[in-house]
Amino acid sequence: MIALLLRDLKLALRAGGGFGLGLAFFLIVTVLVPFSVGPQSSLLSTIAPGVLWLGALLACLLSLDRLLALDWEDGSLDLLATAPLPLETVVTVKALAHWLTTGLPLVLAAPFLGVLLNLPVPGFLWLVVSLLLGTPAMSVIGTFGAALTVGLKRGGLLLSLLVLPLYVPTLIFGAEVARRGATGMETQTPLLMLAGITAATVALLPFASAAVLRINLR
Amino acid sequence: MTLTVTDLAIARGGVPVLEGLSFALQPGKALILRGPNGIGKTTLLRTLAGLQRPLAGRIEGAEDQIAYASHSDGLKPTLTVIENLSFWASVFGTRDIQPALDAFALNELSDRHAGNLSAGQKRRLGLARMLVTERPIWMLDEPTVSLDKNAVQMFADAVRAHLGQGGSALIATHIDLGLNGEVLDVGPNKAKPKPIDDFDGGFL
Repeated sequence: MIALLLRDLKLALRAGGGFGLGLAFFLIVTVLVPFSVGPQSSLLSTIAPGVLWLGALLACLLSLDRLLALDWEDGSLDLLATAPLPLETVVTVKALAHWLTTGLPLVLAAPFLGVLLNLPVPGFLWLVVSLLLGTPAMSVIGTFGAALTVGLKRGGLLLSLLVLPLYVPTLIFGAEVARRGATGMETQTPLLMLAGITAATVALLPFASAAVLRINLR
Repeated sequence: MTLTVTDLAIARGGVPVLEGLSFALQPGKALILRGPNGIGKTTLLRTLAGLQRPLAGRIEGAEDQIAYASHSDGLKPTLTVIENLSFWASVFGTRDIQPALDAFALNELSDRHAGNLSAGQKRRLGLARMLVTERPIWMLDEPTVSLDKNAVQMFADAVRAHLGQGGSALIATHIDLGLNGEVLDVGPNKAKPKPIDDFDGGFL
């Protein structure tokens, strides 16, 4: 289990592994927003939580199609399925590796990009907290989508279409936490909803991912 | 552990390819799988390895016993030979990968990235994976593709050593490996294993 996690982290960090792809995309989106909507700082600070959350979500989405596809193409998914590791563990570890290489860097980068969008000071803490709570759900849901589309040629588009509606609740409540935090409002309700969604997806979706992977490997 | 297959029927893409297949693979024995292209040899190996469900029939003694090598070796091009092999060793809970490196003469290549290996060297690394699984039943699908004469000999020696330690192997191949194994000829929709008719008789 640890071996699989370490291998995936190593693969992501080595040349061509795709580490930093999501981060670069996140940076590009947030840097370009002030150019497209205009430099009024009041407008930017109003839309900052939503833009940052949307940017993080799309950056996450960008790296999903490689999550299982590479292992499928080189045959290691077949070999992992015949190994002593249960597929539930395999998909959980894959989601964890995806979060560590994509989700966590986005969480850490978000405050710096918040400065570019004139995010109000109280919003920084809530932005980080909401992303920290929300990004694991995005990795787990993404792994489910990747398991559904593994083996399909050009499955990336279908994967995005499948995953996008599943991301909507996380986006709604995550962005709401950050928005309320930035304007000094009470954040408890959306925060609990966000935490609930993450807890439920992390607990249940690995079983669904393993089940569809089993069917897809046949 | 004996692998026993009884009245097995398998399908590829929903189309039945083999039916009525019965054989037993005993410890220390190799079974060479022969048959024309598209007859279902790969499907049979995948079914026995648990990657596919059979249409009908029983497979006994396969649970957690099979090391499977498909056409592709599951190698990561940006990892070195040692890293690739160590990964599979950890997955299967094996500590020592040195015997596997020795058996397929991979010591000199150990620090090379798998992406820089030739096709034959990659295949050798893929086959070395079988040794680190430490599982008794090997299922090999065309293992000698892109291997040169020496490497084929290396592979045959490794299989012989594996059989000598009480393991068994089911190998789909068209070349003569010089193994003391029985041959299972599979034909369209019917498999007739010659040397174990008596065994079949027991079931029929």
